[in-house]
Amino acid sequence: MKKQIFHDTAKDLSFKPNWMFNRLIIYGILIIWAFICLFPIYWTITTTFKAAPDVMKGNIVPWWDFTPKWLGLKSLGLSPNTIFVENTVREEFLKRFWNSTIIAFSSSTIAVALGSCTAYGLSRFSYRFGFMRNSDISFFFLSQLILPPVVLALPFLVLYKELALLDTRIGLIALYTLTVLPIVIWIMRDQFGSIPVELEEAALVDGLSLWKAFITIILPIALPGIIAAFIISLVLTWNEYFFAALLTSSHAKTLPVMVASQTGSQGIAWWSMAALSFAAILPLVIIGIILEKFIIKGMAAGAVK
Amino acid sequence: MPDQISLGRRNFGRFIIWGSAIFLILTVLLQSLDQTNFLTFGFENWRPTLYAYLLWAFCLCLGQVILYGEQGKRRLFILPAVLFVISVVIFPLIFALGIAFSSWNLSSPDGRQFNGLANVYQMWADPFYWNALKNMIYYTLAILVEYVIAFGLALLLNTQIKARKFFRVAFLMPLMLSPVAVSWMIGKSMLEARFGPISRLARELGWENPSFFGSHEMARSVIMMMDAWTFIPLMMIMILAGLQAIPKEMHEAADVDGAPPWKKFWEITFPLMLPVSITAILIRIIFKLKLADIIINVTSGGPGGATDSVTSFIFREYRDRSNVGYGTFLAIFYLIIIVILMTILIKIADKWMKPRY
Repeated sequence: MKKQIFHDTAKDLSFKPNWMFNRLIIYGILIIWAFICLFPIYWTITTTFKAAPDVMKGNIVPWWDFTPKWLGLKSLGLSPNTIFVENTVREEFLKRFWNSTIIAFSSSTIAVALGSCTAYGLSRFSYRFGFMRNSDISFFFLSQLILPPVVLALPFLVLYKELALLDTRIGLIALYTLTVLPIVIWIMRDQFGSIPVELEEAALVDGLSLWKAFITIILPIALPGIIAAFIISLVLTWNEYFFAALLTSSHAKTLPVMVASQTGSQGIAWWSMAALSFAAILPLVIIGIILEKFIIKGMAAGAVK
Repeated sequence: MPDQISLGRRNFGRFIIWGSAIFLILTVLLQSLDQTNFLTFGFENWRPTLYAYLLWAFCLCLGQVILYGEQGKRRLFILPAVLFVISVVIFPLIFALGIAFSSWNLSSPDGRQFNGLANVYQMWADPFYWNALKNMIYYTLAILVEYVIAFGLALLLNTQIKARKFFRVAFLMPLMLSPVAVSWMIGKSMLEARFGPISRLARELGWENPSFFGSHEMARSVIMMMDAWTFIPLMMIMILAGLQAIPKEMHEAADVDGAPPWKKFWEITFPLMLPVSITAILIRIIFKLKLADIIINVTSGGPGGATDSVTSFIFREYRDRSNVGYGTFLAIFYLIIIVILMTILIKIADKWMKPRY
């Protein structure tokens, strides 16, 4: 018989129930926190289908303590029997939704394009602009993150008025690009730092030009980082409210501004607010579920060096 | 190795850069003259200047390649972003300094009047602004609690659990939601005094008349909790990434030594996590200093300014009073405070940031 190296001490043997208990607590906390995170979303979805008495009675579970009705979607003109009928609220809603989509996508695209180039340049070449060296330039970009939006808001209000950019999509796109640019540079710098320099050196020896090597060889490798940066930019720009509230009035108003302008005016017609809020969060909830990996990657970038 | 650039090409490069620059200066001059009514060209707005600026920026980028060849192509990687940031940050900031020392009410016909230090005196005597700054201190201190919760959750997610992906997605969700939607979902409906589910729960637990925005402390803590709810995932994920980067051997060594779990945490995990924790907290502070959306939409600063953040205060200063001059001064003052404090914080943090593994 082989001699046992590690003996089970009495302490080890008594550990088992303790371990079970630990598991129970861990799962207990995890489930409670998951409930805290998800309940507001569940609440919003179900409230979309509640009539006033259901709201007042505090019914929570559909089909069990209340029958779902199409009230919420009807108020947006999206329920089955109103979807083919002319509806001003739906027009308005779709316009805002479309504005948000265009603004979020364009500013994220521009920010990712500008930011990737900058991060690549900063990670590969050494620059000198006057007294500014690479680390100073990096700091210059990242320090924009500290800038509170309120400092820029009022000057931009006046500037945009002079430039006739107030209440235009382009005006918002420029500002949103600025707000997410430092984050994109932060993520992409981390990404390019992890790609070995030998790769482009080999490409340059093979006769590729600098930009061609960057676009055909480096960018495809850095794709996960690019997607991460793009999605995080998308989340931030889609949800942005402050600038949109100040700089738009009718034409370029985004979805968050529409949601905000409705709060309070609805009385107990919670279903319509719920429907609107739900529509505002739905795209990102879907993105969050499908692309969770990239979001986590993007946020973790730079946390660990 | 510098490329061979012919004289003709060099001259052409210089020509387009300087040519477009002169064009830009001319446009600015003409527009200013038009603005001050010396001459009349009938410009409707400053768009021509914007276009001239864009043309100059484009020529400057192109000129780099023409003038410096390969070296210029390298500059091209960062030049567009530098020009963009300068034009949308530095220029408006300088412009803001001009506005900050003037009295300018957009709703009054007088236009901008330079008023020297009047805004400073007004700020000095404005109890609501100081109150908002004080609230920002409370809000920032709440980050410590958020940090403890985020760390705890990250530790739990890092253990051997089933359905890890489900929990990760669920925990991430609040971060994805628009603060405006959250304001309605939680602030206005779930916390509604009569029918909100949380009020119902509070009544079940024996609180007779739950009101979440009645007293100062209560309202402030509710805002803190809503903000924490949205941003805990950010810190949690950064900390989780840090936990996963800790080499396994560290824990194994501790296990062999028979260290109890709490000792293992305080003597290994926590010190190793210090750099990541500090990064996470600094980033969280930066986001916290911008806190406004939830406050604007749920309480608009009430009751009696108890929940006001600086941003929401200035937002209302503009929205309700169109007071651009004073509002801008308050914002600039806030920026200066932030920059000083953040610099000190980063300097202090630098000492602690040295990785220990």
